[in-house]
Amino acid sequence: MAFEKDFNLDATELRLGLPGTSEESEKQASTTLRISNKRAMPDMNEDSSVAADKKCDQETAPPTKAQVVGWPPIRSYRKNSLQTKKTEAETCGMYVKVSMDGAPYLRKIDLKMYKGYPELLKALEDMFKFKVGKYSEREGYNGSEFVPTYEDKDGDLMLVGDVPWEMFTNSCKRLRIMKGSEARGLGCVV
Amino acid sequence: MNYFPDEVLEHVFDFITSHKDRNSVSLVCKSWYKIEKFSRQKVFIGNCYSISPERLIARFPGLKSLTLKGKPHFADFNLVPDDWGGFLYPWIKAMAKSRIGLEELRLKRMVVSDESLELLSKSFPNFRSLVLVSCEGFSTDGLAAIAANCKLLRELDLQENEVEDHRGHWLSCFPETSTSLVSLNFACLKGEINLASLERLVARSPNLKSLRLNRAVPFDMLQKLLMRAPQLVDLGTGSYVHDPSSEAYNKLKAAIQSCNSIRSLSGFLEVAPRCMSAIYPICKNLTFLNLSYAAGLQSNELTNLIQHCRKLQRLWILDCIGDKGLGVVASTCKELQELRVFPSDPFDAGNAAVTEEGLVLVSAGCPKLNSLLYFCQQMTNAALITVAKNCFGAIVRSCKGLKRLSLSGLLTDQVFYYIGMYAKQLEMLSIAFAGDSDKGMLYVLNGCKKLRKLEIRDCPFGDAALLEDMGKYETMRSLWMSSCEVTLGACKTLAKKMPNLNVEIINESEQVEFNLDDRLKVDKMYLYRTVVGHRKDAPEFVWLL
Repeated sequence: MAFEKDFNLDATELRLGLPGTSEESEKQASTTLRISNKRAMPDMNEDSSVAADKKCDQETAPPTKAQVVGWPPIRSYRKNSLQTKKTEAETCGMYVKVSMDGAPYLRKIDLKMYKGYPELLKALEDMFKFKVGKYSEREGYNGSEFVPTYEDKDGDLMLVGDVPWEMFTNSCKRLRIMKGSEARGLGCVV
Repeated sequence: MNYFPDEVLEHVFDFITSHKDRNSVSLVCKSWYKIEKFSRQKVFIGNCYSISPERLIARFPGLKSLTLKGKPHFADFNLVPDDWGGFLYPWIKAMAKSRIGLEELRLKRMVVSDESLELLSKSFPNFRSLVLVSCEGFSTDGLAAIAANCKLLRELDLQENEVEDHRGHWLSCFPETSTSLVSLNFACLKGEINLASLERLVARSPNLKSLRLNRAVPFDMLQKLLMRAPQLVDLGTGSYVHDPSSEAYNKLKAAIQSCNSIRSLSGFLEVAPRCMSAIYPICKNLTFLNLSYAAGLQSNELTNLIQHCRKLQRLWILDCIGDKGLGVVASTCKELQELRVFPSDPFDAGNAAVTEEGLVLVSAGCPKLNSLLYFCQQMTNAALITVAKNCFGAIVRSCKGLKRLSLSGLLTDQVFYYIGMYAKQLEMLSIAFAGDSDKGMLYVLNGCKKLRKLEIRDCPFGDAALLEDMGKYETMRSLWMSSCEVTLGACKTLAKKMPNLNVEIINESEQVEFNLDDRLKVDKMYLYRTVVGHRKDAPEFVWLL
């Protein structure tokens, strides 16, 4: 096995870790142990501190997301990359500009607010006071002057609704509601 | 032995490659010591402060390949402050000055500056392999120096490092004449990559066997690279997001068909669902699959993929695979030796996806399993007690060959009794939030004769355990104890009695005053054996006793 033996001593390795959650009692114990172990000042009551720790277990209700330093034991690099994904995806919101042909100014919406295309289209209809037609994969939007389009990561102009929702939210850079003759050819199949 | 000329002995020693064996050889007699000394090319230093660069060079002047480890293991989990130490520069400086013919350098948890990378790249004309694991302190400028100056470079392997990205074109710094690359791994880099340079580099590297891309390399680039390098054995994809009905996706499917040599697959740092079927054709030959960064894949996609991987020996995966998914692993991957299940959501227990059930399924279905990392966020109290009391005892009793073990939570001294009794091959032990009394630690120190590294956090072990057998620490590489019951006085005693140990106290509080009460409990203590005494580069918050 040409695998980093020197580094990982992984010839035979068994790791059973029990990270706590706020539900489990040992996590509560560990949380309070950590807090009470902070020794900025010399602690004269050495013999009472252990008892105090044990007492803390029952009395203190830990906050739901009490985080012990270095727990769970995952490398910072991995934690950071998972967290980045979460932060990118959830905290920041996904604001994109929305323009409508003929409208004097643009709007901005947060794509994260919508669960799928129907909600998004409804929101756009409400915002700009128009109606989009009926969507079909073959013909695009039928029955309306207005066609919702978007600019993707590659800079291409795409019809809203063709790709899965997740993929759309990941690649949509801005929305554009096209009008009239310009819309023909994009959504319609001859 | 006097009858053999030195060259013959040297030739014989060439066949002895393990560090331990070569160390033993050098102890036999003076002439063996001398021959071994001059013929030794590979040296492993588990703790960079156990010896100085100057002494290393004097001891092994023929050094060509060096492995160095810096910070204590718990630095991986943010328990060691920045600036603690582990600097590479003094080593490079000393080796450059002494004209060591360095060819390979492998570093773990070291602080590597751009300056040291630049000096490295200019000082060793035969340099060919650089492997950095969990290091920090450098930027893409340092990588540019390596690329530009190391004419014979074969391997540049960056694993999970914190690299400052200056958006320079470090990849373009590989000269057009450089065709020697065998392994290139830049998956941990966060910034953009010059894609054209990458493609040209891959195209002119016929020996390239291992290629791991970063997130900035888009899906359609992957297909182009595979066309250039169908001989790849190890592939790490970059971004794997695309429309399954697109032209690029079809091209990828075609390119993959010709990659018959791929045995190891990783990456998927960004992944869209419904794109994984493109790789099914290579799954049947895979021995290593790492999907532990592919947060976008759901359980059923994972299991669909794994069902094709009958030859898998090592699997790294996220816990969203679920217990059922692990059941599929158990029934498909009969050759499985190593399993790592990482939490997809380390801070929020809400969507816990694997329980002890998954673990039981795998252990039942995979008879060759010998290495396991398993994070399960939900375990009933009953199961917890079962695992803690029965399984640990049973596992430790049956795994007599166990070399490395990590334990935490709700474990009594009894468990350590078993460990000391049965785990005679144990070399590394990590303990967290466990144990009842000093007895626990003593069982381990007394019983585990081969123990090299012991790291303990948040356990009720104190002075009595620490001081019981001080000589033991000279047989070990290092001991880490944090948030335990050890006092400053005991640490001072230990330091005074054992001059061959460095006892470091890491004190992060505001207090600078050294003459505190000896009864004060120490927050973090790290001790290690050394032949060179106190290190000179310790920061203010590290007290050397």
